[in-house]
Amino acid sequence: MAPTLSPPRLLPSGDSAITVEFSRNIDDAANRRVLALDRELAAEPIAGITETVPTYRSLLVHYDPVQIDFDTLGEKILTLAQRPVPAAARTRRWRIPVVYGGEHGIDLEDVAKTLNTTPDEIVARHVAGDYRVAMIGFTPGWSYLSGLADSLHMPRRQNPRLLTPAGTISIGGVQTGVQCLAGPSGWHLLGQTAVRTYQLHRDPTFLLEPGDNVTFTPVDAKTFAEQDRAAEAGEFIAEQIAS
Amino acid sequence: MSKLVIASIGPASSVQDGGRPGAQRYGLVPSGAMDRLALAAANTLVGNEPFAAAVEVGPFGAKFTAHGSAVRVALAGASRNADIAGRAVAPDTSATLADGETLTLGFARGGSFSYLAIEGGIAGEPMFGSLAVNARAGLGSPYPRPLQSGDKLQTKPASGAAERRIELPATSDAPIRVVFGPQDDEFADETKKLFLDSEWKISATSDRMGYRLEGPVLKHLHGHNIVSDGTVNGSLQVPGNGQPIVLMRDRGTSGGYPKIATVISADFGRLAQIPAGRGFRFRAVSMAEAQAEARKFAELLRTLPDRLRAIESVDLNIDALHDANVAGHAVNAVDAGTWHAVSMAEITGPD
Repeated sequence: MAPTLSPPRLLPSGDSAITVEFSRNIDDAANRRVLALDRELAAEPIAGITETVPTYRSLLVHYDPVQIDFDTLGEKILTLAQRPVPAAARTRRWRIPVVYGGEHGIDLEDVAKTLNTTPDEIVARHVAGDYRVAMIGFTPGWSYLSGLADSLHMPRRQNPRLLTPAGTISIGGVQTGVQCLAGPSGWHLLGQTAVRTYQLHRDPTFLLEPGDNVTFTPVDAKTFAEQDRAAEAGEFIAEQIAS
Repeated sequence: MSKLVIASIGPASSVQDGGRPGAQRYGLVPSGAMDRLALAAANTLVGNEPFAAAVEVGPFGAKFTAHGSAVRVALAGASRNADIAGRAVAPDTSATLADGETLTLGFARGGSFSYLAIEGGIAGEPMFGSLAVNARAGLGSPYPRPLQSGDKLQTKPASGAAERRIELPATSDAPIRVVFGPQDDEFADETKKLFLDSEWKISATSDRMGYRLEGPVLKHLHGHNIVSDGTVNGSLQVPGNGQPIVLMRDRGTSGGYPKIATVISADFGRLAQIPAGRGFRFRAVSMAEAQAEARKFAELLRTLPDRLRAIESVDLNIDALHDANVAGHAVNAVDAGTWHAVSMAEITGPD
């Protein structure tokens, strides 16, 4: 009944890591297989693996070549990777408050113009989305979400900005994202959240996990300011809701 | 209270240790010493754990003053002039500063980073098990940023143990070994040949995030944007201008440029020590050879204590030692004016 899954490509990333590539593209089915393999490796650890890093289309497996070699590890990974992908069980769902537009989302108006609609409609489309954390990368807590509506797809900026604010909620290409730390970005800035996906001295330090589900809910600037103070004091702000 | 006070220090100097692996899935890079062998050698000299926190001293000079008691230290890595109150300190040896004495380090010669290990370690609050500085993530202890003049490192009083030297394998100018991949199929065979046949130089706009290379332009087969995937230490990514960037210890955990090859782990520290502007080459090796070298390197790290030796004479001729160490190498021409920080956007790619 279940079709045989195609084997991923095992690409060497030096002598201490394997890139297990399921697709060259941003591909939801491939991302599900990445996350499923990541879960398999967590449930049935292979001696020598030191950590795994899920991305959209591949799982980077770091390992200690003193303990296991490329061929032996590759074979074990291939076996696991071809198991049927279980329906994502026990995924967590978060509701993240966002203040859209104005100084908090300086590209909202331009995005609306480019897509021939109103800022309110852009917000409505973004809030309607049901997203999944496809990967976390680049800088601590930068969460890349899949599930952006086709009607919000647009190319990244020609000139990336060198500095965008902490908590920025943005769109770029077919993705949307929650950025934690201030930093460079070539995406379009729609809004800002008080949620810290990465915060030192808080338990847990990292709020979101790859595979978590995320929805956004609009808040006004005053609420954002209150939430920002609470978040600074260590509150999650993001609300975990039943799946 | 025993302290080592930083009387002066150049940029690109920070507290580093073995790093904090385990959170790359959350976008947190491990950081840690650029040259792990040198870190481990310095720590071994003063009886610390091999990957305990030490001061990673960048290409420029620095001065450290002992306060509160005598402080015992050891220096390994890039060779440089070093003295304590006028007494020369040889590379790869331990030495003790009496209370109030100052250790003066000159510019790095024939390398970029030296490691100053302190007997008893550096007191600090580990985050994810490490004191290593990662300024972007606000991590590092006792200071979550590069070191500055006036900073104080708390430690323990010198034990009075006999000073030691450590006998390390001779440094090598052999080509830096790489294994191709993960995206070498984004490059034509003649481009891969050009990569191996050419001389490369590390640009002065390099730092702990990435080393930009200068050499022939490497053309992509299908453009320079790929969907971001994970990076490792030594990933050789090729952005749109065709000039590779080697990702170093403070890299982004993911990146969107094709990676033609990866520096083998046993040669990473050697690459990290190549001074900006000096020509070098790459050589491709098989996975089997790379992993055999990784096992040999691990064995070298494990057996460092066996390489400790008594210091036969305290009247070492420091100039002769330096001449021996830097033979054949030009003096590092980098200075504070040309050593630029690199922007994260430039280093990591389109995402």
